[in-house]
Amino acid sequence: MVENLVKKFGSITAVDDVSFEVEEGAIFGFLGPNGAGKTTTINILCTLLSPTSGKAYINRYDCDRESAEVRRAIGIVFQDSSLDKDLTARENLMFHAYLYRVDKTERKERIEDALRFVDLTDRADDLVKKFSGGMKRRLEVARGLIHRPKVLFLDEPTLGLDPQSRTNLWEFITTLPKLHRVTIFMTTHYMEEAEVCDKIAIIDKGKIIASGTPADLKKIVGGDVIYLKTSNNEEAMKDIRKLFDMEVSEKDGEIFLSALKGDACIPALIREVGERVLSVRMQRPTLNDVFLKLTGKEIREQNGTGLDNIKAMVRSYRRRHDRD
Amino acid sequence: MIETNAVYVIVAREFKKFIREKSRLISTLARPLLWLFLIGGGMSRLVPAGENVSYIQFIFPGILGMTILFSSIFSSISIIWDKEFGFMKEILVAPVSRFSVVVGKATSGMVLSTFQAVIVLCLFPFIGLRLDPLQIVGVILVSAILSFALASFGILLASFYESYESFSVIMNFIVMPMFFLSGAMYPVKLLPEVLKLVSKLNPLTYGVDALKNIVFPYETGRMSADFSLFTDLAVILTLSLVFVLIAGKAFERKQ
Ligand SMILES: Nc1ncnc2c1ncn2[C@@H]1O[C@H](COP(=O)(O)OP(=O)(O)OP(=O)(O)O)[C@@H](O)[C@H]1O
Ligand SMILES: [Mg+2]
Repeated sequence: MVENLVKKFGSITAVDDVSFEVEEGAIFGFLGPNGAGKTTTINILCTLLSPTSGKAYINRYDCDRESAEVRRAIGIVFQDSSLDKDLTARENLMFHAYLYRVDKTERKERIEDALRFVDLTDRADDLVKKFSGGMKRRLEVARGLIHRPKVLFLDEPTLGLDPQSRTNLWEFITTLPKLHRVTIFMTTHYMEEAEVCDKIAIIDKGKIIASGTPADLKKIVGGDVIYLKTSNNEEAMKDIRKLFDMEVSEKDGEIFLSALKGDACIPALIREVGERVLSVRMQRPTLNDVFLKLTGKEIREQNGTGLDNIKAMVRSYRRRHDRD
Repeated sequence: MIETNAVYVIVAREFKKFIREKSRLISTLARPLLWLFLIGGGMSRLVPAGENVSYIQFIFPGILGMTILFSSIFSSISIIWDKEFGFMKEILVAPVSRFSVVVGKATSGMVLSTFQAVIVLCLFPFIGLRLDPLQIVGVILVSAILSFALASFGILLASFYESYESFSVIMNFIVMPMFFLSGAMYPVKLLPEVLKLVSKLNPLTYGVDALKNIVFPYETGRMSADFSLFTDLAVILTLSLVFVLIAGKAFERKQ
């Protein structure tokens, strides 16, 4: 789907020789820190930007040259909401349906379906500015689906949501491929979120540094890390090495080991190490760990350009005001 | 070539929002009112009247022009902001041509500006003007064409100035001078040669002049219109077309 894509903004290379392919009906995750080039890639795919070099195809249409065909085939939820806040939910969907020339006979029905689907039927005639962040996000996803696109892009769909709504939104998103036969291309900062994807690509500074299924990627970091505090670390370590044939080390009075499926491993560990265990904790691999492993550094603190900063400001402003 | 569904969506959306936002309506009407009654009212004590026209009546076409100028440019400039953060993105990824988007935007600028111009027009009895129905229709038609031209001009500006910081640059260095050098506040024929030349290059000049031609057709002296109505209409119609075509081209550029 994407071959050797390069996008430069003056001296900044936002996307640097990126290639990947997404299968029909799959959920593809694009994982990376701020400024990695995720949004830029999406903008090229959805025909808002032209690539500096390289090719991108959706449904075998060239994103740069056959924009019209590509636009018909895609739906997008942008990182920054593109809902019209001074219109009602239904009006937003209605205008979308007009814009995509949804057949008159189907228009009403699809809109009602979409509203029901995202659980907003009773709020349909409220102005969008009165909605919570989660409701807006759901409405936006619903809008992106009104014209039955082949590919749905989601740019950080959970941005600014609390953990609860984040989980809800994810459950909702994962039902989409089956219900609507749509391919999903999404970006995120969070490893946990990428878990539901069929395939993930990790991007940093415009380059894809790893890709594969979530399980593949976790193998790079070696899976979950389990930390144990025991009354006798030396002995416990010896036992674990003997019984499980695993790498164990000690740090700051805790012993730790990594396991692919940590949660399944803990009961067995405790059974063997027994009453010596004082406390157990487990850490899931995070994007940060994968990062650390692949680049040898932490995910950089954001030091974006002026434009990035303004965008961040506007986002946080909006988030604060969206609560009202 | 022009997708009517896109034009409809853009116009309907903006009109709906405009009607809903009462505060915006009031604040856009406050400016012409202030200019007309405070500046016009004050200055007419200082400026001797023409044959049939007092100063406050003289600036009435100019105030209509100002209403149209500000509202058209503002409506178009909002594209800059919308492109980055709002609804414009939704339209830009929809399967409609860029040219239809430009025509839609220019049309919605036209509808909103004409609507506001009509409200300001209702003030004419209060400043002692007498207009027959034909003149009123004329004013509305000229307002519509002028709005379309200026909204297209605004889209052109918006497609060159990509960042929102440029908003004040556009306001201070383009819109305000356009207003002052349009013959709205003083007749173009009384300006020094250099400024007269600049005025002649200003699209708003012809719009205001057309309105003067219609509002006081028999005035001949100092305060009369500067060009013939035919010239005015020819210029603004041509400019409408030229601006909307160039804006369409400019808008098609991708980064
Ligand atoms: N219009 C632009 N002009 C100049 N530079 C840009 C532009 N858009 C993006 N960039 C730069 O390209 C790089 C990648 O930005 P991009 O928005 O694609 O990152 P991202 O992965 O989406 O990050 P985030 O997680 O913050 O959304 C950044 O360094 C950014 O400053
Ligand atoms: Mg982004």
